[in-house]
Amino acid sequence: MIISVASGKGGTGKTTVSTSLALALDRIRPVLFLDCDVEEPNAHIFLKPAIATTEKVHRPIPMIDYDKCTYCQNCSDICAFNVLAVLEKTVLIFGELCHSCGSCWYQCPEKAITQTDKEIGLIESGKSQNMDFSNGKLNIGEAMSPPLIKAVKAKISPKKTTIIDAPPGTSCPVITSVKDTDFCILVTEPTPFGLNDLKLSVEMLREIGVPCGVIVNRADIGNDDVLRYCTRENIPLLMQIPFDRKIASLYAKGTPIVVEMPEYIEKFQNVYFEIERMVQS
Amino acid sequence: MKELLIISGKGGTGKTSIAGSFAALAAPVVLVDCDVDAANLHLLLNPEIKEEHEFFGLPKATIDKDKCTGCNLCQELCHFDAISEGMVNPFLCEGCAFCFYICPEQAISLRDNVCGHWFISNTRYGPMVHAKLGIAEDNSGKLVAEVRKNAREAAKEKNLEIIITDGPPGIGCPVISSLSGIDLALIVTEPTLSGIHDLKRVVGLCKHFGVKTAVCINKYDLDEKNTRTIEEYCAEEDIQVVGKISFDPSVTKAMLNGRPVIELAQLNVSQQINAMYNLIYRQIST
Repeated sequence: MIISVASGKGGTGKTTVSTSLALALDRIRPVLFLDCDVEEPNAHIFLKPAIATTEKVHRPIPMIDYDKCTYCQNCSDICAFNVLAVLEKTVLIFGELCHSCGSCWYQCPEKAITQTDKEIGLIESGKSQNMDFSNGKLNIGEAMSPPLIKAVKAKISPKKTTIIDAPPGTSCPVITSVKDTDFCILVTEPTPFGLNDLKLSVEMLREIGVPCGVIVNRADIGNDDVLRYCTRENIPLLMQIPFDRKIASLYAKGTPIVVEMPEYIEKFQNVYFEIERMVQS
Repeated sequence: MKELLIISGKGGTGKTSIAGSFAALAAPVVLVDCDVDAANLHLLLNPEIKEEHEFFGLPKATIDKDKCTGCNLCQELCHFDAISEGMVNPFLCEGCAFCFYICPEQAISLRDNVCGHWFISNTRYGPMVHAKLGIAEDNSGKLVAEVRKNAREAAKEKNLEIIITDGPPGIGCPVISSLSGIDLALIVTEPTLSGIHDLKRVVGLCKHFGVKTAVCINKYDLDEKNTRTIEEYCAEEDIQVVGKISFDPSVTKAMLNGRPVIELAQLNVSQQINAMYNLIYRQIST
C-alpha cells in the first residue's frame, strides 16, 4: 500500500505525521519512506537515515549541432515554453524553461537538435533502522520539481508499505507526489488558514481520484470549523494531536513524536489499520 | 517604487501573519499574495473584489475521434504520459503541442485553457492583487508573474510607493518568479531544525539570483538554542536578523478573528513586529 501525506498549507505537521507513522509501522512490517518535498526535504532530520547511495537526476534539454543547423527557426516556432531563440549565427537555449517535451529534437527538419542532460537534483537513499529511505533534493535555482519527484517515486516497491511525504500547496509538485497513491492523509490545523488550504487539497484529491482522511494537528489552538467541514464532507477524521509544548519542542530538535512519546506508536498504527480497512473495502 | 517580498522556505512559519501586519503599518500600500496555490492573506485583509480576470495557461490538446486512426504515434511520443486509448488526460497534458504538430491525420487540436483567476480588490490598507490557481493546474510561476505585473500597475496608478508581497513557500518555480526585481526579501524562519534547513536553502536561492535578504526569527523563544544557531548562521552569511518575534497564541486568535495581530497594539508581539517594520522601512527607503 502507498500512503501519501499532504497538507495544502505548509507547517501544519506533515513531516511530524509522516515520520512518526513510518516509525510506528516499521515495527510491524517492511516500510519504504520517500520524501517528495524536494524543494525543502525535512524528513531526514527526523529519521536520521544512514545514506548509502547518492544518485544525480537529470532531464534532457536540447543541444544544437551547428554543422547541421540552418537557422530555420522551426524549433523556436514550435516550442511552447520559449526555450529556444534562433539568432543569425547562434541558437540561445534557456534550459531552465525547458519541459523536456521532446518536440524540438524530434521535429527539427535537419536533425540538428540532439539531447543533452541537465542535472536537476539528486536522490539520497539509505536506511533508517529497518526502514528503506530515499529523498530528493532539488538543485538551488531549478524551477521544475516534478521530474525529480517522479524519479523519487520510481523507488516504490510493491513489497513494502510506502509512505510519501508530499510538498505543500495544491499544484503540480503535490499532484505528482500524491498521484497513484492508495490513500492521502491530509494534515491540517484548526484555523482559518488551515481550513482554507484543507478545502483546496480535498478538491484537488477529488479531481485526481485519491481517497483521503484528515489528521488535525495542534487540535486545541483554534475553532471547530475544520471538524464541522470534515463531517459535512464525509471525510474521515483519523486522529487529533493536541497542541503540546513538548511536541513542539521535540519537533524543534528533530525528534519524532513516537520516539519520545511511545504512547503514540499504537495511535499511529491504528491510523494505518483504519486506512487499510478503508482502502480494502 | 519599492518591493518587499516575504518568503520562508518552509511553510507555516508565519509569513502571512507578518505580511498582514506590515500591510497595516505601511498603509496605504499595494498588497500582493503570490502564494497562488494556497493563498491566505485574504483571510486577514477581507478584500472586496473589484475586478476579476481569467488567467490562460498553455492550451491543452484534444483528440478528434472522427479523424483519429489509432496509429498511437501521439501516445508513443508524449513525454508526459498524457495520452492513452486515444484520450488526453488534461491533468497530465503540459500544453507542449508536440502531439498537435506530429499527428499525421491532424486529428489533434489545442483548446484554450483557463487555469486560474486573478483579482484586484480593495482592502482597508490599500489595493490588493491576488489570484487563485485552478484545481490541479500548473503554471503557478506564470500566474505569479501576471499578479506582480498588475500590482506594479496598481502602484503606479494610485501613486503608492511600497508593494508588500506575501510569497509562496519552497524554492521552486513560483518563488523564483516572485524574486525578480525585488528590493528586499524578508525570510521568515522558526527555530526548529527543519526551519534552519529550509532557511539555508532559500538563502542559497536568493544569493543565486542576487537578491538582498533579511531574516525574521518567528516564535524565537520556542527553542533558544536553535535561535542562536540561526543568528550565528546569519552573521556568517552577512545577513541582518531584523526581528525576533515571541511565540504568542494571540497571533492565532487574531487570525481566527480575521485581523492582523498588529491591531492589538499593546501586545509584545505587535511591538516586535512594529520595530522590525521600521528597520526594514529604513533599509528599503534608502
